Order: sequence, then C-alpha cells, then structure tokens
Amino acid sequence: MTTEIALSAAPAARPARSRLAGLAVLFIVVCALPFLVSSYTTFQLTLVIVYSIVLLGLNILTGYNGQISLGHGAFYAIGAYVAAILMDKYGVPYWATIPVSGALCLVVGFLFGLPALRLEGLYLALATFALGVSMPQLIKYKGIDTWTGGVQGITILKPDPPFGLPLNQDQWLFYFCLAVAAVMFWLGWNLLRGRVGRALIAIRDQPIAAEAMGVNNAMYKSLAFGVSAMFTGVAGALGAIAVQFVAPDSFSIFLSISFLVGVVIGGIASISGAIWGALFIQFVPNIADQISKAAPWAIYGVFLIGFMYVMPVGVAGAIRIFWARMKRKAGSSPQRSG
Amino acid sequence: MSAKQLVVSAGVSIGLALAAPYALAQKKYDAGASDTEIKIGNTMPYSGPASAYGTIGKAAAAYIKKINEEGGVNGRKINFISVDDGYSPPKTVEMARKLVEQDQVLLLWGPLGTPSNTAIQKYMNAKKVPQLHVYTGATKWNDPKNFPWTMGWQPSYQAEARIYAAHLLKTKPDAKVAILYQNDDYGKDYLKGFKDGLGAKAATMIIKEVSYETSDPTVDSQIVQLQGSGADVFFNITTPKFAAQAIRKAYDIGWKPVQYLNSVSASIGSVLKPAGVEKAVGIFSVEYLKDPQDPAFANDKGMNEWREFMKKYYPEGNITDVFNVSGYASIQTLIQVLKQCGDNLTRENVMKQAANLKNFEVNVLLDGIKINTSPTDFAPIEQEQMAKFDGKEWVRFGETFGK
Amino acid sequence: METFLHQVIAGLATGGIYASVALALVMIYQATHHVNFAQGEIAMFSTYIAWSLIQAGMPYWVAFFLTIVIAFVLGVLVERIIVRPVEQAPVLSVVVVFIGLLVIFNSLAGWIYTYTIKTFPSPFPEKPPFGTHLVSSHEIGAVGVTLVVLALLYSFFRFTPLGLAMRAAAQNPESSRLVGIRVGWMLALGWGLASAIGAIAGMMVAPIVFLDPNMMSGILLYAFAAALVGGIDNPGGAVLGGFIVGVLENVLGAYVIGNDLKLSVALVLIIGVLVIRPSGLFGRVHVTRV
Repeated sequence: MTTEIALSAAPAARPARSRLAGLAVLFIVVCALPFLVSSYTTFQLTLVIVYSIVLLGLNILTGYNGQISLGHGAFYAIGAYVAAILMDKYGVPYWATIPVSGALCLVVGFLFGLPALRLEGLYLALATFALGVSMPQLIKYKGIDTWTGGVQGITILKPDPPFGLPLNQDQWLFYFCLAVAAVMFWLGWNLLRGRVGRALIAIRDQPIAAEAMGVNNAMYKSLAFGVSAMFTGVAGALGAIAVQFVAPDSFSIFLSISFLVGVVIGGIASISGAIWGALFIQFVPNIADQISKAAPWAIYGVFLIGFMYVMPVGVAGAIRIFWARMKRKAGSSPQRSG
Repeated sequence: MSAKQLVVSAGVSIGLALAAPYALAQKKYDAGASDTEIKIGNTMPYSGPASAYGTIGKAAAAYIKKINEEGGVNGRKINFISVDDGYSPPKTVEMARKLVEQDQVLLLWGPLGTPSNTAIQKYMNAKKVPQLHVYTGATKWNDPKNFPWTMGWQPSYQAEARIYAAHLLKTKPDAKVAILYQNDDYGKDYLKGFKDGLGAKAATMIIKEVSYETSDPTVDSQIVQLQGSGADVFFNITTPKFAAQAIRKAYDIGWKPVQYLNSVSASIGSVLKPAGVEKAVGIFSVEYLKDPQDPAFANDKGMNEWREFMKKYYPEGNITDVFNVSGYASIQTLIQVLKQCGDNLTRENVMKQAANLKNFEVNVLLDGIKINTSPTDFAPIEQEQMAKFDGKEWVRFGETFGK
Repeated sequence: METFLHQVIAGLATGGIYASVALALVMIYQATHHVNFAQGEIAMFSTYIAWSLIQAGMPYWVAFFLTIVIAFVLGVLVERIIVRPVEQAPVLSVVVVFIGLLVIFNSLAGWIYTYTIKTFPSPFPEKPPFGTHLVSSHEIGAVGVTLVVLALLYSFFRFTPLGLAMRAAAQNPESSRLVGIRVGWMLALGWGLASAIGAIAGMMVAPIVFLDPNMMSGILLYAFAAALVGGIDNPGGAVLGGFIVGVLENVLGAYVIGNDLKLSVALVLIIGVLVIRPSGLFGRVHVTRV
C-alpha cells in the first residue's frame, strides 16, 4: 500500500501552460459564484473554502508526512477562539485576527509536535484523539471562562464590506476567505513542491534512510505539526467570523473526525484533494439528512464506505488515475499495484 | 435542489425582501405562507451525541401530519421542514439560513439546544423571522426587549431550581447540600438558579459541587465524592442516563440524602424504572408534563388521546418516552398561534399572536397548567408543581408555582 | 481514608469495563494489525441483540452464549463483505471505512431501539457481596469474566496452532501464505473473535452504565488508552492498563484536579507514559529494519 501513496504523491506531469489556463478559468468561475447563487449558498461555499484550508493543513501532516491526526478540531477551535476573543474583548478588527490565530497555532502545534515525535501510528492517533476530546473541556475550564465565555460561548459581529464595495456581507466574506485561501494554498504549494515537501515525503516513506541522507527528522516532523496547525488555526478564525459564534459544542471530536474523513476522501497527499474533501464534508451530511431523518448517520456511513470502494485513494487520486488512463489511450487498462 | 432552483429561490428572496409584506385582498402573507400552505422550519439533532432528542422533531412532524389530514389550520396545509443539525452550532447556523433563505419558511419552530439557539439568535432577529418555542430551558429566551423575535416554551431551568431552593429553605434550613451537575450551559443554569434561590445561605449550605462530562462512562466516582462530603441533601442535575446511574449508585453505597431531581430526568419510564423504583422512593422533582409511565395517568383523557395519536401517526416512536409527549404538546402551542393568526400570516403577526396566548391549555400538560404570554412575557410555560415519588407514581403536592 | 479506598475500588470497577473493551481491541490488533474504531459500536449492537433475545423470553445464559455466536458471525460477515474490498487500500482509507461502520451501527441502533436507556440484566446476585457497600456483585463478576476472557485469549494466542497462525498472518501475510496459512480467513476469524469478545464486554458493561446507542462512545476512548498504555500486543497488559486508567481517573478527579479536567489530565499522563515507553508499559519493543 505504501507504493500507492508514494505514487499519488508524485507530481502529475501535465503541461504547465494548459494547467495555468485551467486554473485561471477556475479562478474566474469561483469569483463569479457569489453573483450566481443565493446568499445562503455563498455562505456554504465560504465554509467549503474554510474547510479546504484545514484539509490542506492536515494533508501536510497526514498525507505528506505520514503522521495521523484525529484531533485537528482542537487547532481549529484555538484559531476560532483567538479570533472571537480578540474581536469581542479587545475590539481587534476581524482581518487582524487571522495572522494572530495562525501564529499562535503554529507555536502550539510545534510544541505539541515535540513529544508527539516519539509516537507513531496508533500511539500518535491516541495522543491526537486525546487532544481533540480534551479541547472542549479545556475551553470550558473555569480558570479561563472570563475569556472564552465558558459554556455560553461568544457571539461576534459579521464584518461589513470595506471601501463601500457594492457587496453584501456574505459575498464580502466569501471573497475575503477566498483571498486568504489563495495565500494559504500558494504557501502550501511552495512548501510541498520544494525541498521541504521532498523531505516530508522522504520521512514518511523511509524515515531511517531520510535521516541517513541528512534530513533532520525531528525538526521536520515538529515543523509539519506546527505548519499544519497554523493552516488549521487560520481556517478556524475564518470559520468563527463566518459563523459568528463559537462555543465548546462547536468543536466536538466529530469535527476532528470529519477533517480526517475529508482528507482521505479528497485524496491523501494531494493539494487539490483538499477542495474535494471540503465539498464532501460540507455537503454530504446534508444529503444524508435529506435521504433519511430516521438514521442520517447510517446513510452518511454508507457514503463513506461507498466512496472508499470506488475511490480508495480519494477523489484526487481517482482523477489522477483517470487522466493517466486517458493519456495512455491504448486499450490496455493499467494494472493496479497493490 | 438543483442550481437552477437555487438561482430562482435567490431571485424570489430578493424580490420578497424588496416587496416586504404585501397585501392580497384581506389576506396578508409573508414568505412561507399562502392561501394553501404554511411553511415551518425546524432544526433537530437527528444525528450526533444528542440524537436522543431527535424524537421530539419526529413527534411534532407526526402531529403536523394529523393536523393536515384533518384539513390543516384555517384551511391551509402545513409544510413542516425539519432538518438535522447534529447538535453542532455552526451546522445550526447553516441550516437556519437554508430554511429562511432557501426554503423560505414563515418561521423557525423549536430549534433544540442552548448553544444552537444562541448561535442563530442574532441572525433570526436581524432577519425578523420568528424563532419560536425554542427547545431549551435557558432564561435568556424571555427577553422581548432585546430579542423580540425569539421565544422559549418550556419552564426555565433557573425558575425550577429556585422552586427547589425555596422548598429546601422551608423544610430543611440547616441542610448540607451536595450537587452533581452536567458541565455545560444547562447544568450551570440550574446551579445558578439554585444558588440565587438560596441567596446568602448558598455559601454555607452547599458543601460540595461536582460536575461530570457527557463523555464520562459513569458518575460513580462523583457520587462517592458527594457521599464522602457528609451531605444530607442531594441535588441531581443530570440527563436521563446519568440520573439513573446516580440514583442507583447513591442507594447502592448506602447514601440516603433528601434528593431533588431536575425535571429533565423526572421520567418514570426512562430514569426511575431503570434505576430501580425502590431506589427512587422519596425523590422530589417538579412537573409540568404528564408522564406516560405514571399510573396516575393510565386513564387520563389527554394521555389516552396522545396514545391514540402515537399509535396512528408515530407507531415507531417509543410510548414510554416523555420527549414524545413534549413534542406533541409544544407543536400544539404553535398550531394555536397559527390559528389565532387567521388570514394575517405575516411574521409580525405571528410574533404578536405568540405573545398573546391567554390561558391556553394542552391536555398533556398537568391539569391546571395554563400557557400565558404577553408582549412583555415571552415565557409560555411558567407554572410547575412539586411532586414526590412514592415508588409507583409522582405524588404532586403544594401550590402551583409561577404565573 | 474510607472515601479514598472507595474511590480506588470504584476505579477498579470502571477499570474492569475499560479492560473488557480493551481486550477486544487487542484481539483485533493481534489478528489484523488494525485498530477498529467501530469495535465499541459493534459491541453495543450485539448487546442490543442480547437484550432482544432476553425480552423474547430467552433465559439469560442461553441468550448470552447465543449472542456471542451471533456477534462472531456478524464480525466475520463485516470483514468478508465490507472490509475485504478495501484490504489493499491505504491504511487511512481503511480507517475511514471503520468510521463509516461506527456511524452506521450507532445510527441503526438508535433507529431500531430508540435512544431511551434500557436496563440490561446481570447474571450475578443483586445483593452486594461480603456485606459491603463498596462494590456490587455485578462489578466483581464482570471483572471475573474479563479475567476469564483474558486467560482464554492468552492461551489461544500462545498455545493453539490457530492462534499462532493468526498472529503470523497479521505480522507477515506474505510469508504466512507461503507456509500454507489462509490469510484471508485468518483476518475474518480475527474479526469474528474480536466482535465476540466485544459482545461479552457489552453484556458486562450494560448493567453498569445502562444500554443506549451511545453506551460505548465514552468507553472506547478509555479502552483505547488502556490498551495502548498496557501494550496493544499484550492482553494482560491491556487489562492492567484498564485498571490503571480507571483508578487514575477517579483519584485525579476526586483529589487532584477536579472532575471537569480529569479526562484531559489522565490522557496527558498516559501520553507522558507513552513518550517515555513508546510501546506501552508491557508491550514488546519493536525494532525497525531499514
């Protein structure tokens, strides 16, 4: 199975020019969306953008570096609470909270990554799971509830578009999140396509060989945790601003599990996978609810298993396999390496 | 919902926003109401950790089906759109927006959970869409001045806790009280009400408070702590599963305090019987709903009607579950509001009528409990009566508290 | 002092719960090298089956053993039908399938049996033993059952050819195939046994915490922690881990940090242990080869 992961991490060899053109078209379509759909759908799409930043961050850790996390909801919560507290208690403008959330999560993630270094596989899963389970309880803790609002949470105001732009709040928020996401994806892209990305993948696939080649495993693994948490924290801040409310119940362990589901469904070790995964975790629960009120989770579970049957390496992986097949054109279907 | 429909509904919503309440002969409608239909939105935790409450939404939907079969309200059928929010506030925000902006409901009825309702309260009030009969016992829903579009339904947790405090001060002023509470908004609300009720004596009377999380497998350790404190009164602020565990454990380890049990868990079928009725003898609680497992209501007219209803419209529902009684009672309150609205189905009139219920009675509420609201009183049920469990049924005693 | 003793004993009693579920996790790990996140939910679902059988008038012990058989078949079927197709997929895809199973079983139980808690009978006497209030007969009985399961499991893996074959299949499928072990069936058998052990755990847990669809969601985390702190490849360690977690949690909650943070602090301590001893207290240390 490792071969398959490694395969999916290899950069796709499509011509750069057509790819750029494709990206440009996509960008224009995305920018036009808020004018084509209702405010409500714009809001949903804003959440998709937010989740895609989380999934990109989690992918850096889990997909590229091979460290599983069942607790990224905790970093999302920290980012959200930092934004909410800064806005509510200190009157900081919403846009200024984003870098603060990101920076704090970078530090927290890095520090969490230090002990986690010694843990692998299941043990790391437990440690991160514990983090995800504990976070709502920590938020409620009486020592800090004057800041966090305790069990009641914090309600914040939705930002108005600046400079008298002819947009409503939802449209503005969409563009704002889109801009932040563009920056984050650009960052992620550069990080993963360069030296750092190669080091992360090397550590994932052949840790001892990587160490022997002079890669500082410990440093890179902690860094992967920090950077991953930073992405998630930035998204958490955006999420809080979009939803206008934070409370311990918003960050239950199911959120963390959804994130992991999103990464895998979207495609591990894939940048575009983050977007597919975000679409999945935003919309599929709603579809499940439409199908059955009696047991919506059962339907959701069937979707999860079904997706894994059809696309065991995620949506992005399936697309990549599809392209590869098209390119070969020759009738011989590629053999699956197992 | 296809993209095309989305665009259309977006167009409609803009159109409606511009044209606001428009008149059609004598009839007045806002979005979601017409000559033939009234659209009602609702959010419920059908999935996730709080899915036990989902049955409230299903009971309400079943009652709407009954109303529609009988011809609807003032000739209009009710279209009840109930969606899952998984008890996650961000999802509630999303779903409330879907219901208001996409489905164009006239009002949002009975969203469940304090955090969920807090998350959408500002939005609903800014949009001027009624957020009616919310399913939470927090006190803050009765705030017509700041949130004229939000209204609760059930008695507030704080008011209930004050009843226990008053009873305790009267019957056992030198009590040493131990409290077990769920560490969330609901538990803290009861705690606050109880302390307010005891007033200056709270500090000396309450000798131990411990909390639990819903992820705890048992509350055994907490009960042992409370017993160790030497308290002779136990205030049990827990949800059904933990309430049953606590009552049983206290009895099993030989702790015999005077017990007060919050009404959330006063169900005979889902709490006291599982705990063992002999272990629950002497517990105090307050009531406002009739308990389906209470022999006192075995031949009660209202409860018989409810049983008939369950059999016919919600046969898969559990007839020992008090939540099904609750959903049945609360949706009737909404139907009454809609009846009073007549042909003026504007959102403003809905709120006006919701705040104008006079001695409305639902026959599954305890006899004598009446629902009253006014423009300055957004708390529909305020009356409650204390009761003591005798090993078989709740024996009600004393005055009816509240207005 | 008496309260302290009481806390410790209550901790041992809940620790017994964690231990019984932890054993199911050890079983599945030994047989497949996966940790099945749906293990708790399958156990809960099996317990509902037992409940239905007892409601239908079946005597307790008949229902008990029949449920174990049903759970075994359920486990085998889940492996053959649902897990088998993703056997070759990346490990994270398998995790997602487990999460899918978790939500499906949870949701189905709620749909079929509703969410109202149910009492589940105990086979042990109602009267507390030795005239003490500190612990109930059922709690002692449940610990006893867990120890019996532990002994069986230990002997199975240690002394029976089947147990050895199963361990071999999990550790090195390729070589096992070469020596004639039917790896596919070993995996299915592992699933069956794990879910049978889970069913026993569920039937021992339900009388204590009451039966409801979310019965196992809290317990699974503790059981997971117990199994790892004791050593996921060591059934005895996992049981001991369960007791450690149970007592630690109670003592911390009652005397050190209060109940609202006891879970967090207990987990921090466990992770601390794992950082120092990455294979758990009693686990075998693995050497990585290049």
